[in-house]
Amino acid sequence: MATEFVSPEGLRLDGRRPPEMRHLHAVVGVVPSADGSALFHMGNTQVMAVVYGPHEVHNKAHQLHDKALVRCEYSMAAFSTGERRRRGKTDRRATELSLVIGQTLEAAIMTHLLPRSQIDIYVQVLQADGGTRAACINAASMALADAGIPMRDLVVSCAAGYLNSTPLLDLNYQEDSGGGPDLVVGYFPKLEKLSLLQMDSKVSIETFEKVLELATEGAKAVATFTREKLLENTRTLASARGHLKI
Amino acid sequence: MATSNGEDGSVEVQLGQTRVLAVVKGEITQPYPDRGNEGSLAIFTEFSPMGDPAFEPGRPSEMAVELGRIIDRGLRESRAVDTESLCILSGRSVWSIRVDIHILDNYGNLVDAANLAALAALLSYRRPECTVGGDDGQQIIVHPPEVREPVGLIIHHLPIAVTFAFFGDGNFQVLDPNLKEEEVMGGRITITINSQGEICAVQKGGGVGVSASEVMRCLRIAAAKAQSMTETLKKAVEIHEIERAQRKIRRHPNLQNQIDTASSVPNPIKKIEVEMEETSEDIEPKQALDTERGIKDLSMSDSSRMKSTETEVAETLTEKPSRAGGRDLFAGGESAWGDDVKLTPLKGSPGTRSTLFPLDSDALVEFDVAARAVLRGGVSSQRMSSKLVSEPLQRQISDQIAAAAVYANQTSPLISEDARPLGPIFPRVGDMDSTEESDAALETKSVSQPEGTPVNFYFSGKKKPKKRGGSGRQD
Repeated sequence: MATEFVSPEGLRLDGRRPPEMRHLHAVVGVVPSADGSALFHMGNTQVMAVVYGPHEVHNKAHQLHDKALVRCEYSMAAFSTGERRRRGKTDRRATELSLVIGQTLEAAIMTHLLPRSQIDIYVQVLQADGGTRAACINAASMALADAGIPMRDLVVSCAAGYLNSTPLLDLNYQEDSGGGPDLVVGYFPKLEKLSLLQMDSKVSIETFEKVLELATEGAKAVATFTREKLLENTRTLASARGHLKI
Repeated sequence: MATSNGEDGSVEVQLGQTRVLAVVKGEITQPYPDRGNEGSLAIFTEFSPMGDPAFEPGRPSEMAVELGRIIDRGLRESRAVDTESLCILSGRSVWSIRVDIHILDNYGNLVDAANLAALAALLSYRRPECTVGGDDGQQIIVHPPEVREPVGLIIHHLPIAVTFAFFGDGNFQVLDPNLKEEEVMGGRITITINSQGEICAVQKGGGVGVSASEVMRCLRIAAAKAQSMTETLKKAVEIHEIERAQRKIRRHPNLQNQIDTASSVPNPIKKIEVEMEETSEDIEPKQALDTERGIKDLSMSDSSRMKSTETEVAETLTEKPSRAGGRDLFAGGESAWGDDVKLTPLKGSPGTRSTLFPLDSDALVEFDVAARAVLRGGVSSQRMSSKLVSEPLQRQISDQIAAAAVYANQTSPLISEDARPLGPIFPRVGDMDSTEESDAALETKSVSQPEGTPVNFYFSGKKKPKKRGGSGRQD
């Protein structure tokens, strides 16, 4: 019953090498009416993030006098998985992920610059093929940048696992369900610090360290890509408004 | 930690001031379609305002869901609970185990406490045995507990949750944050790890950024913590097991000495500190040996010995190690009779004692010396021979040790009262120099402290993990 996740030649199920990430694709500003939005693809996983804010707090009871309130909502579209599954907003997994993603991004946002306001982040998974959490954080990060919200650093994320005694970067759904550990990391590239760190399944400390390292490397690669995309987007906007002379 | 009302599968854990109750229940259901031969385990959390006014009644808040999922991941993904053994009829009927966690008092670090409670509850839970029978071999017969002994769950390992809180720029970590620390912390990380050093889950849900090296450091501390926690957990479960076995056996009300044996599970951490207060008390030893007071009892048994040396003992106990002289040895007798010796004493009626141990002060001196030697962890004559001890004396000593072993295991009400007026004993084995003795005493002290030291070191002073009885106090 042992599925071969890494072939003897060193190729994975989809032909990648163990430390190879899936193809990345991102578009900024996909929802014009929102303050910020982004689409992020990691292989077959497609996620959309939309940011509204900063705006006044809807529920005055939750207003914070010295910083901004960050709310995040994670949801999976019913058509995102292989089998159509209608999930309610009260799905426990969605609740936990909303909390976790929100807290990860909050650590990056300079909330003290926007007291008594609220920033809403909505993340929607359009196509799920493993690593949805990572894609969500990446998309949300870009959306926040698009919305012009002051941040300490970009938050980038990547997942890694360990199957057939090999650390694998950026697992897809099949590899994820392989029973090995699934480690997701939320990383500040400039500060070189970890904001999010989640892992399940049993591993030894040595294995954990290896997988953590690989995930961090993957996150750094995503950071380079994200920064490039954002710069490109800014350049386009600037030239459109006539600020740049080509 | 005790079961409430002596029920199996119901455990209350107290971690500092935080109290959490976990209850395990099982029922027969249909399995998931894609897992036909596996039972299921589900964790549910209840954060009622009773525990903390900040909790809102109704739907579980995000925090409640997160807690439930952390515990769930720690148990499920790491395969701590064997779900295949919960299958009755493949594809048709399986046992569905549900763990309900109620927060009774929130004073911080709910995750760790809840995880412990869930584990203990799962360890103590017994499900009714059922067999497949009937005409078509498809009928399930559930045997009530009176007919057949309920059977426990198969648990492969114990994942212990250890939480750290981060302050400042993430370079300052604190273990086991309490409520006030949680309010001001920058972030937190929960590491679920078992005593074999395998990480079952890691949850750092955002918050202040931390470097990878800090994370690894936390991991190593967590590994050490998990080991000591597992010990504590196992001991508590053991006590419960023994209690359950007691309950099954109907006994004559006078024969209560068995209970004493069971409860003499020592808690070395507390012994030393508690002793300082208790020595002056002239309490009848082994009065109320419920697990809650287990600690006090051990010191009580010591106190009866040290009745006449109260003041000295109090003094000497306050100063730490390095002392000279035989008198301090005895004062240090904390490893004493509570440890590997089952001093079932003093509680049985005289009728249960067959013979009175012949005592005279000389014999007592020798026996005490030898007994102490025995209790120091089997000091054999070899050790003594390493010092300049004469041949005949050596023989004598080994004889005495043998006798002392018997002495130690025997009981007599006389021993407790009359023997102790002897007070500190200056060993007849004067050849052993006093420094060696005090070293030995130090040794015992340090031996009985290993659990204590790391615990004190890591915990921020105020909180120490304690397991206390729940609503089923046996006062």
